[in-house]
Amino acid sequence: MKIGTPREVFEGEARVAMTPDSALQLQKLGHACIIETGAGDKAGFSDAAYKEAGVEVAESREALYAAADVIAKVRAPSDEEAKLLRKDQTLISFFNPAGNGELLELCKEQGATVLAMEMIPRISRAQKMDALSSMANIAGYRAVIEAGNNYGRFFTGQITAAGKVPPAKVLIVGAGVAGLAAIGTATSLGAITYAFDVRPEVAEQVESMGAEFVYLDFEEEQADGASSGGYASVSSPEFREAQLAKFREIAPQMDIVITTALIPNRPAPKLWLEDMIASMKPGSVIVDLAAERGGNAEGTVPDERVVTDNGVIIIGYTDFPSRMAAQASSLYSTNVRHLLADLTPEKDGVINHNMEDDVIRSATVTREGEITFPPPPLKVAAIAAQKPKPKEPELTPEEKRAQEVAAFKKQTKTQVSLIVIGAVLLLAVGLVAPASFMQHFIVFVLSVFVGFQVIWNVSHSLHTPLMAVTNAISSIIILGALMQIGSGSWIVILLGALSVFMAGINIFGGFLVTRRMLAMFQKS
Amino acid sequence: MEFGFTTAAYVVSAILIILSLGGLSGQESAKRAVWYGIAGMALAIFATLIGPGAGLWLLSLILIAAGGLIGWYVAKKVEMTEMPQLVAAMHSLVGLAAVFVGYNAHFELHHVLGMDPATYEGLKGFAAILAHKTPVEQNILRVELFLGVFIGAVTFTGSIIAYGKLAGKVGSKATKLPGGHLLNAGAAAIAVLCLIWYFSTGGFFPLFLMTLAALFIGYHLIMGIGGADMPVVVSMLNSYSGWAAAAIGFSLGNDLLIVVGALVGSSGAILSYIMCKAMNRSFVSVILGGFGTTAGPAMEVEGEQKPIEVDGVVSALEDADSVIIVPGYGMAVAQAQQNVAELTRKLRAKGKNVRFAIHPVAGRLPGHMNVLLAEAKVPYDIVMEMDEINEDFPDTDVVIVIGSNDIVNPAAQEDPGSPIAGMPVLEVWKAKQVFVSKRGQGTGYSGIENPLFYKENTMMYYGDAKSSIGDLVTKIS
Repeated sequence: MKIGTPREVFEGEARVAMTPDSALQLQKLGHACIIETGAGDKAGFSDAAYKEAGVEVAESREALYAAADVIAKVRAPSDEEAKLLRKDQTLISFFNPAGNGELLELCKEQGATVLAMEMIPRISRAQKMDALSSMANIAGYRAVIEAGNNYGRFFTGQITAAGKVPPAKVLIVGAGVAGLAAIGTATSLGAITYAFDVRPEVAEQVESMGAEFVYLDFEEEQADGASSGGYASVSSPEFREAQLAKFREIAPQMDIVITTALIPNRPAPKLWLEDMIASMKPGSVIVDLAAERGGNAEGTVPDERVVTDNGVIIIGYTDFPSRMAAQASSLYSTNVRHLLADLTPEKDGVINHNMEDDVIRSATVTREGEITFPPPPLKVAAIAAQKPKPKEPELTPEEKRAQEVAAFKKQTKTQVSLIVIGAVLLLAVGLVAPASFMQHFIVFVLSVFVGFQVIWNVSHSLHTPLMAVTNAISSIIILGALMQIGSGSWIVILLGALSVFMAGINIFGGFLVTRRMLAMFQKS
Repeated sequence: MEFGFTTAAYVVSAILIILSLGGLSGQESAKRAVWYGIAGMALAIFATLIGPGAGLWLLSLILIAAGGLIGWYVAKKVEMTEMPQLVAAMHSLVGLAAVFVGYNAHFELHHVLGMDPATYEGLKGFAAILAHKTPVEQNILRVELFLGVFIGAVTFTGSIIAYGKLAGKVGSKATKLPGGHLLNAGAAAIAVLCLIWYFSTGGFFPLFLMTLAALFIGYHLIMGIGGADMPVVVSMLNSYSGWAAAAIGFSLGNDLLIVVGALVGSSGAILSYIMCKAMNRSFVSVILGGFGTTAGPAMEVEGEQKPIEVDGVVSALEDADSVIIVPGYGMAVAQAQQNVAELTRKLRAKGKNVRFAIHPVAGRLPGHMNVLLAEAKVPYDIVMEMDEINEDFPDTDVVIVIGSNDIVNPAAQEDPGSPIAGMPVLEVWKAKQVFVSKRGQGTGYSGIENPLFYKENTMMYYGDAKSSIGDLVTKIS
């Protein structure tokens, strides 16, 4: 198959979908490559470089469209370009199929197969083709650079002979790919970086990049980002209020604000309102990466640099990736190359458009004269759903108090009932037994009581010594034998003597072995 | 000497003995407390010897000295791993002594009753006390000595069987004669009948017959209890020996015997309770039955046991920051505590946090593991109880399980059908990596399959614990 890349016709677009490097890789898959003359000029790749990599150079756009089986480009085709497509030709580019129905219809009419790069699903296997992420990464980086370009001070704090320079404070709103790239860039330039996101589960990622996560004082079950493929979803009005209040609180301290908040298929949420902009210091910079969808900040003008009355600069450029055309082209062309590799599983230069494949199926928006958008849901979830945390019901102080009281009452009840039962039993014994017995009995009951009180305090690790020592003292039975041995018949003396002997073994053995054991317990 | 002095000495002695038990609340105070116990005992014997009622004191002293010599020799020689046997053997002596003292009381009573009241004045010692008793008191005395002999006899045979099982001289499996608990019940019934008979006739034969029945109960009851339940059995026998002493104390009218007997009895009862709690079983079920009578079919265990060689364990230990060692009866059997202690010292010298987790029923005696580790000079402040350390397992890099099985069995929490369901266990499987040192692939003592061995993060380190831990010690630089 012949893969062709035309020059981008969109005003200001500098990227190109094929680089000499990616062309070499494509040829390894068995494909031939062709570009329109001058296609890579703005990204810094000359026709000569392409030729060196074995790429054919077409003299005109029409010649290229006629020669190529697969067209790979960056921006969605213009109407003229779309009309050049023919049956059985494949187009790979950004397409925005959801907001571009007419173009979709046109391509269908032409009978071309269209793969939209932004429709590549966010699953691990497809990360290498995820052009949205690679472009967002560039946008995040460039946003910080652009902010630095407009900000009249250092990012990093310094103490110099000429005075102290405080570090810049940067707030990143939205910790998606672009946001995280911006965090990384800002922290590596030395700024104190804060980040906010409506998905609390990204706090860890934020902190791993070296920024501080801005937490809200707001208790609400946030929709798990995993359910929407890792993108944020619309939040409740209460949540939005809490979020704005937090922004209002920190806005005056921020030198640079980079907003990246986007919700799929919706206009960008307005998060940085006029009063927050008004409270910022003159010379502060706002970079609005959501400008294309209307912007997160009030006052953003797409593709413009605006200066407000109080001297805050709002940058609404929408072409950040194109501003880094060389880098963006090499990443994008690699994404395209990976997609083509998946389309050419045999590496024999023959495209096998396997609609059973989740990734290819999702990306395909028209095929064989049919519109295949929107794609069916994925067979595998993009991101494993977070396990629901076992929720400990938070007890109010009253409930806690009530529980304590209940436990106390229960304890009292069992104790009182035990005492009553014990007392009744004691009285019953006392009614029938003679006084001399009762005297001993009281001693017995009290001793059991003392025993229970004392033994509960014995430490677990000393249970073996406890057994040995109780063993020794239980041979107190020797007293009985000693009292008997002196009186009566030979058999009493014999039995008594045996008892004394055995108890003697026990007393000495028990105490000595206890001492031996206890001496072994040592502190470190 | 007068009664007054003896009684005063008894009070002091009782206080000293209570203090000696109370002192066991901490390792340092315990070292002092054992002297209180010795002093209390010595004072009691001294006061009795010079007090009223004692005779033949020279013979008594010689016998005590002879017994003491044997006791001293045994205490010096005994291995710490043999502590459970020793304790059981000593219980049997107390039990037998209680039987003999009870018999003596009977003979004396018989002797006194056969005499002419006019000659009572000539009586000395114990007989003199008996002579002053009223008929009701004599009947109570009979009950008391009957009880003392009964408990003493049960303790005697029970302790001998427990000793045999712990020393490996009797098979440790739970075995019962045909008829099971019916035999025990029958023997108990005979004992009750003998009590009535003894009351009406006062003869020696019913007492003797009851003793035989009690000896049988002691034998049969303990034969029916498996080795894993031995901690409960030993503490139960401990308790019995105390109650026997207390019952004899009643019949002799000796308050010190009653006090000390009650202390020992309640101490043993509490220990039994703690052990039962640690196994989540009721006391009755431990005494009356083996495992698994009510449990459903055990959960199927999937996966396989993954073996690992010494080098794998060494490198994991080298990388680990925190290590917890869980010893069990297997460590005692293999005599591996010295090697374990050496391993601990080496790891601690490398700055690793090494601790021990002790389950209340690890080993065959309450606190058995603590004593073994102390013998091997493992400092007691790194030896933790289950409740102290269970929460720390998720933050632990490596857990080494040495010769324990049921106390680390996750089935207790995960499988409601397991025979040990609900028993509190050490949650070792929550650690990042678990090594199990074990002789082979068997299910071990209780015969319960252990899902821990099949877990993803568990590796089996097969071999005799002593040599395999020794290998670790030599390989760790």
